[in-house]
Amino acid sequence: MTASDIHRSIDAVWRIEQARVIAGLARMLRDVGLAEEFAQDALVTALERWPVTGIPDNPGAWLMATAKNRAIDRLRRNKLIKRKHEELGREIEADGEGATPDLDAVLDDDIGDDLLRLVFISCHPVLSAEARVALTLRLIGGLTTGEIARAFLVPEPTVSQRIVRAKRTLAEAGVPFELPRGPDRAERLSSVLDVLYLIFNEGYAATAGDDWMRPALCEEALRLGRILAELAPEEPEVHGLVALMEIQASRFAARTGAAGEPILLLDQNRARWDQLLIRRGLAALERAEALGGASGPYVLQAAITACHARARTAAETDWMRIAALYARLVQLMPSPVVELNRAVAVSMALGPAAGLELVDALTSEPSLQTYHLLPSVRGDFLAKLGRLDEARAEFERAASLTRNARERKLMLERAAAASRASPSA
Amino acid sequence: MRFMMLMIPKGYESAAPGTAPDAKAVAAMMKYNEALQKAGVLLALDGLHPPSMGARVSFSGGKPKVTDGPFTEAKEVLGGYWMIQVKSKAEAIEWASRCPAGDNEVIEVRQVQEMSDFPADVQEAASGFAEMQSKSGQR
Repeated sequence: MTASDIHRSIDAVWRIEQARVIAGLARMLRDVGLAEEFAQDALVTALERWPVTGIPDNPGAWLMATAKNRAIDRLRRNKLIKRKHEELGREIEADGEGATPDLDAVLDDDIGDDLLRLVFISCHPVLSAEARVALTLRLIGGLTTGEIARAFLVPEPTVSQRIVRAKRTLAEAGVPFELPRGPDRAERLSSVLDVLYLIFNEGYAATAGDDWMRPALCEEALRLGRILAELAPEEPEVHGLVALMEIQASRFAARTGAAGEPILLLDQNRARWDQLLIRRGLAALERAEALGGASGPYVLQAAITACHARARTAAETDWMRIAALYARLVQLMPSPVVELNRAVAVSMALGPAAGLELVDALTSEPSLQTYHLLPSVRGDFLAKLGRLDEARAEFERAASLTRNARERKLMLERAAAASRASPSA
Repeated sequence: MRFMMLMIPKGYESAAPGTAPDAKAVAAMMKYNEALQKAGVLLALDGLHPPSMGARVSFSGGKPKVTDGPFTEAKEVLGGYWMIQVKSKAEAIEWASRCPAGDNEVIEVRQVQEMSDFPADVQEAASGFAEMQSKSGQR
């Protein structure tokens, strides 16, 4: 192996092991910031030693043992020998004595729970959404601050700051390293799921930015979702989120044209959808439904996405079912945007008049006043109903509201087409 | 990026029909598969029956010719595969290295081709084919 080969191998080992090492240390130290610091120390040691000694047989256990020893050393050296730390030191020593087999057992048995605790604490409500995302990608995903910065198009120091501040906030608030239970658990879990989906969407929805890092963000969110599904297999919403992300990710290759222009779902070449991801997504959805979770927001969204995935052609889409699923979703998360989506599904299922009825009820909605998709959708229904003058006005309004040049062009084209077809023109 | 880890067990080329690994080996392998799954990297996996239960179709002279297994001339044959999604080739190799494989086994690590790996003309040819597929599906 050359030096760069071994460094690549160490990187790979680190990617696989680091979350588990941090999680194990965090349980012992009850401090996520310190845990990450000592885990990093262990990595530095590995980078010094492994090129000479070779990579040990059980690199995870080696990293954990090294990090523990570092923690003990540092606590002693810094004379942070308050009673608490003494106790902590003894506990760590007792824990680490003897013991590769012991360590293995710890790694195998408890690490899952530790990792889940680490996920929960990284997504703790005491942190801002941005901090939750950064901390999750850093501690669980093992991304560098540079990678996170590139993915979110912010300067690297901003990300470092966010992470430092997040760790401080957790320490100051005395957030316990625990598994939330009872009614608290559902709320905390939904915060975790929201963070993962935010990461996924950041990668999926973006049209600008670093070409390499954006898809990597989706892959990372998917990986974290799959890990979470193993850590909390009894939670239907986790499988719902995984299903939603798998199926959306299956459309990657189909969602942009040769010139990079976005291709809408119904116009996509379905032969380019990734059938492996669709199968995985449908299986995850089945798992969620088998757990009795057919009514959670992520499971419902996954079920809607699945309707599209199951249709071999756009014409075969089960719009009645999609409309029904949206009706349930809008009850669960009352939002004008979800209602607008429902209107589209209803129009596909029952015709433009039924869709228009729903959309007309939304035109006074304050939060949609500057939302270009409202006049765009309404214009589409009106055009289909032959009310061309009204349609033209709506398309022009949509064109004036959108900030996307391609979208504006499309809306102006539709306005012109409506105007040409109109008898009053 | 996606990688296939292709399991090549020496001796499998001449294994009798119905040959299966012993329970102990399966238990160890299940633990490994579980580790892949828990790490969120496993996309798919399968084990294959021995070649003595399969067939080869060759195309010498432009005509398909079927040969039933076993394939005595084959030096190595596949026993199964894992498809994983990882960040680097090094990570795929690290996962392969952790497999509780036997003395007689080799794992070949191969990257899965994505459409974006191809030059533009190949992409275009492939997308034409895909369009054809979806059109024939519409009828």
